[in-house]
Amino acid sequence: MLWNLPFITVVVLTFIGIVTVLMKRNLIKILLGINILESAVNLFLVSLGYREGGVAPIFTLAPSELMVLPTPQALTLTSIVIGVATSALVLSFAMVLHKKYGTVDIDKIRRLKE
Amino acid sequence: MTLADFIVTNAPALVVAIPLFAAFTCPAIGKISTAARNLWVMGAMLVTAAVAFILAFRVFSSGTAIYVFGAAATHLAVPLDSGGIPIRIIFTVDAMSAFMEIICAIVGTSVLLYSLSSESRNTSLEGYYALFLLMITGVFGMVSTGDIFNFFVFLEILSLASAGLIAYRIDGGLAVEAALKYFVLSTLGAILVLFAIGIYYGQYNALNIAMIAQRMQFTMLDKIALVFLVAALAMKCGAVPMHFWTPDAYSMAPSSVTAFLVVASQASLYGLFRVVFTMYNVTMNCFTVGWIIIILGVLSMVVGVTMAIPQKDIKRLMAYHAVSQTGYMLLGVGVGLAVLGNAALTSAFGFMAMEGGIFHIFNHAMYKGLLFLTAGAIFYRIGTRDLNKMGGLGHTMKYTMIFFIIGALAIAGIPPFNGFASKLMIYESVYLFNPILAIIAMVVSILTLASFVKVFHSVFMGPKLPEYADVKEAPLPMLVGMGILAAIVILFGLFPQLVVDGIVAPAAHALVNQGGYIAAVLGGA
Repeated sequence: MLWNLPFITVVVLTFIGIVTVLMKRNLIKILLGINILESAVNLFLVSLGYREGGVAPIFTLAPSELMVLPTPQALTLTSIVIGVATSALVLSFAMVLHKKYGTVDIDKIRRLKE
Repeated sequence: MTLADFIVTNAPALVVAIPLFAAFTCPAIGKISTAARNLWVMGAMLVTAAVAFILAFRVFSSGTAIYVFGAAATHLAVPLDSGGIPIRIIFTVDAMSAFMEIICAIVGTSVLLYSLSSESRNTSLEGYYALFLLMITGVFGMVSTGDIFNFFVFLEILSLASAGLIAYRIDGGLAVEAALKYFVLSTLGAILVLFAIGIYYGQYNALNIAMIAQRMQFTMLDKIALVFLVAALAMKCGAVPMHFWTPDAYSMAPSSVTAFLVVASQASLYGLFRVVFTMYNVTMNCFTVGWIIIILGVLSMVVGVTMAIPQKDIKRLMAYHAVSQTGYMLLGVGVGLAVLGNAALTSAFGFMAMEGGIFHIFNHAMYKGLLFLTAGAIFYRIGTRDLNKMGGLGHTMKYTMIFFIIGALAIAGIPPFNGFASKLMIYESVYLFNPILAIIAMVVSILTLASFVKVFHSVFMGPKLPEYADVKEAPLPMLVGMGILAAIVILFGLFPQLVVDGIVAPAAHALVNQGGYIAAVLGGA
């Protein structure tokens, strides 16, 4: 049960993220919901790569021949970088919308439907 | 090694590397002069297109090309000491990928040519061209990669660049609103894709598509991953019921961007087909998944066209038609998927349905690109997208009118234009599968024609309106950009058999033939 804890956390975080994205009306809070979802995925990837007693894959320092495959960590780093770009773009959109519409409430950002 | 050898060997990497490099150097070149920047961007696009054609020729003549990054030799997918596991990032360009690269190269070139004058009134164009080249990078990367995580990275590059370009004309915040809608949905979709990738990695210790395909067990987790991927990619290609971002994003983006967004959506469609055919193929219940895709397709066709008819905004109307046309591709390929396990039915009509669907991807990119470009030319000259305010433009914008007629007849499936060729293949084969579906497809086509007759009438016909008395024809680069697409629409309509035999049938074969894809990467099998 205990070794499933990371995956249970992933499920809880995903749930919190989805609820935040769907229920909140403030654009910044929606972005935070997306960030929570991203954290859930990142935690999922890192937990997949965890091995009990694993050694970091640095050849000169590894005491044994058995090392952890660094792919999940590499995936997570890439995903974090993409997440930063995503957040920056959404925040800049929020800034422009606030300047033009005077609000970041998505119920009021509805001029497109006419 | 000569330059020619270098280009042929490294073509899969170059089609991604050249636009990426040009995108990030573009702002620096822009400091020199506007002409230098235009030359730089256009040159990069032409070189990329040339390399893409060389690559496509190589793939169609001598089979799947693979490119391994960082290996001793570019074709060495599996290192000798790795125990049979492809550990490096691999680009796998089979006939289907090459087919998509041709589309991207043609539309990319004509759209960039078009933007040289359509965007010339705006400032800070360095950002525009940089983002545009990043979009091209994203599409080329998505269609050529053989690594599922790499696919995700290019998907995100494409989403980020597209969102930036949709918001590019801020338009009092409206464009930003559309971009925000598109981008939040894209990001949620990308998170689903990443979850699916994590599921595959956890089960099969592999990120390579061929490796996952070989080890595919179709467990409960794989079903969940399939649902995630189909939902995310169907949303990205704008299929009903996840289409609500399309009209907003397509209508608010600059027209040149919209024409390329069509190709970007089709790259997601390619991803969807790659997942169901190459990764799962007959290990899953093809009949059920095929029917899910057919239902998505039929819904898109019907809802798209019925929503299009009452629209007043010319680009919003065309955007709903884009949703409707995506339905044809899903229908054709879905029928092919539904009968995939059954050799007799596949040879009777399943394969032809797939050919029709795939051919329609090509045709749609051409005529829909052309229609959006004509809408952009009209907007460029008269400054409105409202159909009720237009009229009598046929007197002054003659070439634009001719291009519009070509595009409108092609989308409605009237011979001798290319839309007819692919739609006929879809009707014939789908009729054998289920007559009702074929009848729905034909009715949608008629409604499409009706809708475009209305648009044609309200934009071009009627007396010359006083407020548009001094409207001129669109500038030459825009006409050339539209002309390239119009020429292809006509040529492909006149000689459909050549195209089907030359590039469409190999692409359909490449999709169906899962073993061939695996063997090209892992060897043997």
